[in-house]
Order: sequence, then C-alpha cells, then structure tokens
Amino acid sequence: MTRLYINGIEVDLEEGTTLLEAVEHLGIEIPTLCFHPGLSAYGACRLCVVELGDGRLVSACTYPVQEGLQVRTHSPRVLRARRMLIELLLSICPGSKRLQDLAAEHQVERVRFSVRDERCILCGLCVRMCAEQMMAHAIGFVNRGYRRRITTPFDLTSDVCRRCGGCLYICPVCELRCQGPEAPSVVCGSCMTPAPTCPPVYEDLACYMGAAGECGTCVRGPRTPDRRSPDFTRRRESV
Amino acid sequence: MREVEAIIERYGAKRRHVIAILQDIQTQFHYLPREALLEVAARVRIPLIDLYSIATFYNCFSLVPRGEHVIRVCLGTACHLKGGTRLVEALERELGVREGEMTPDGQFSFETVRCVGACALAPLVLIDGRYYPKMKQRKLTQVLARLRRARPPAEVTQ
Ligand code: SF4
Ligand code: SF4
Ligand code: FES
Ligand code: FES
Repeated sequence: MTRLYINGIEVDLEEGTTLLEAVEHLGIEIPTLCFHPGLSAYGACRLCVVELGDGRLVSACTYPVQEGLQVRTHSPRVLRARRMLIELLLSICPGSKRLQDLAAEHQVERVRFSVRDERCILCGLCVRMCAEQMMAHAIGFVNRGYRRRITTPFDLTSDVCRRCGGCLYICPVCELRCQGPEAPSVVCGSCMTPAPTCPPVYEDLACYMGAAGECGTCVRGPRTPDRRSPDFTRRRESV
Repeated sequence: MREVEAIIERYGAKRRHVIAILQDIQTQFHYLPREALLEVAARVRIPLIDLYSIATFYNCFSLVPRGEHVIRVCLGTACHLKGGTRLVEALERELGVREGEMTPDGQFSFETVRCVGACALAPLVLIDGRYYPKMKQRKLTQVLARLRRARPPAEVTQ
C-alpha cells in the first residue's frame, strides 16, 4: 500500500495505481482528453495535469502513485496550465464541440494563437483503439514535429482496416460541430440558449426545485464561479 | 528481394532490430523501397504502419530514392543569416532540381536541414556526411565538379 495526499486528503492505494485513478477514487474530477479506460495511457494532451509537492506539473494519467506524494489537482498553477492547454488545443481544432465545452468550463473565452484547422490534436486515441482493441494496426503517426499526422501506410486505403469505425468513435475532435444557428467560431459564442425546461412560473412557488429561480436554470446571468475556478480553490485551500 | 532477405538474416527477424535492418536497406538502395518495407513487415511480423512510422520519423530514412551523393545545406538560424539560402539557390541552378529531389542521373540528391550543431562554421554544407564549413557558391561548384569527375554520370547504372 502506498500512502499519498491528494489536496491534503490522505489515501492509501495499491502500488501501480496512477494518479488519475487515485484522484477519481476520491471523486475529484479532472479533465482528460487522450485517456480512455480501455486503452493504454499515453500522456499526449496533458490536460490531466496535477501539481506535485515539489512544484512539478505532471500528467496524472501516466504518473504512478508514490509514497508520501503531495498532489494538488486544482491549484492556481494547474488551472492556469489547463487553460493554456485548452487555448492551444482550440487553436488547432477550432469548432470542436468537445474542446469548446472544455473551454467554457474553464473560462477560456478567447484564443490568442493563430488558428489553423488541423482537425486532429494528435492524441493518439484512434491509433491505440485500432491497435489495442481492434487488433488491426491500420493507422499510426507518421512524420514528426509540425508535420506529424495520422494516416495509413503510404496514405493508401488500408487492407488491414476492419472498417469498424472505432477510430471515428473514439476521436475527441472529429464530430459534428455544435448545431447552433450562427456560423462556427473558435470559442463558443453562446448563440443558442435553449429555453429552460421549467414548468411555467407562477409567482414564486410553482417550481418543483424549490423557490423559483433558485436552481439558476431559468435565470441567465453572469457565470457563477464553479468549483474549478481559482476563487473556489483558493477558498477551499484556506479552509 | 534477395538483398532484403540477407539483411534480415544478418540481424535476426526480431522487432528490436528493425531500425538496424532499415538502416542497412537505406544504405544499400539509398532509400527504402516499398517492397522492402512490405517484406520486413511480413518477415519480422511487425505491423506495416509501425515500420512506416519509423521510416517517416527519422531523417536518415527516405521513402524516395536518394542520389549517390547526398548534399545537405544547413538552414539553421546561423547558417540562414550567413547566406544558406543563397547556397540553396546556387545548388538549384547547378543541379537543376529543387530541394528534396534527386538529379535525373541519380548522382545527387539535395536536402536542407536545420542546424547541424556547428554554427561557428556557418554556412555549412554536408556532402555524404562530410562537413564543408564556411561554404561559398564558388567552392560549392568546385566540390560538385570534383564529385562529378570522380564518377561521371555515364557510369552510373542502377
Ligand atoms: S475503422 Fe479501421 S482504422 Fe479505424 S479503428 Fe477500425 S480497423 Fe482501425
Ligand atoms: S484523429 Fe482524433 S483520435 Fe486520432 S489522434 Fe487525431 S484527435 Fe486523436
Ligand atoms: S489525459 Fe492525461 S495527458 Fe491526456
Ligand atoms: S545553423 Fe547551421 S550549423 Fe547551426
């Protein structure tokens, strides 16, 4: 058994557990993009960063638990790093609903990098899906550096591909763009505000959630700080 | 391909030897022919895509034929400032091919690289792995002429 501390909480875990599993074991949520429980961990997207006691930022999905490790999952540094990562990812895959949702969750409201539509964040999920689950080994990374991309050998139609669609299924960015009325933009423009699913409000009493307006669904206002925002963490850390 | 078979024989059909095998194929053919890759994949029992990834990852491998002499012009920061691009232009004129191509007689192929780690000697040209420091257009022409004399194109039969 290995004892470590996650956000100050003491946990004992089997050796060989990853920090991501440890964090999830405690019910703490951290975003992941290139991780899938059915596939080997790869550590490509870095979105699952956590801060260790010595100030290092590591990817939780690939880091094994260590005796006495101090882990912080939502420290200001981690949150800043995550926001930067999301911004960078968005700059190569604008219009990806999944990334835009992450951006909204993390208050990333603009992209300061030149935007180019690569339609792939090189997370390697499709490659692992094809090799580890489909045993097809049809696609893989070719080239390196900024020319790195996913393809089949010699860019030819593969004769080992099973046409299973597993690669498409698992890809976090090849998907239909959000079906809002406005043209796609780099970050979500909130062009669609679906009507709240509340029953009509009569006076203050009709809502079954309690007093009308309490749950916030039917009230549009400035974003309330969620538990991932720095304010929240600071507040929690001072407790 | 008998040559490929011999090379695989030499190392043993093990996954851990594929880079060495590919290097020998590259030396023998001056590039990695597609049939050779297919053969290695079949014999070593390694997915073709893995070989293809390796072959495209390392700069020392080429999927298109390379010439007898490989000329690499450095276009790293220092060499760029010291006129590397002019050497590229001179070579394009001299050889009649563009960067990344091979001359029709199979003698020269010409590539650019980013910094070979000898910036004090900029601009650098590498020919067949040999460093030619502080290169000038005139010197380049002389070196090419010498290489041509050493092996006139008529003799090159592949
Ligand atoms: S569709 Fe083909 S390439 Fe995609 S996961 Fe299936 S076998 Fe692999
Ligand atoms: S195609 Fe999709 S799943 Fe594959 S590496 Fe790119 S982003 Fe990841
Ligand atoms: S989920 Fe850990 S690096 Fe991508
Ligand atoms: S830039 Fe050419 S050797 Fe460094």
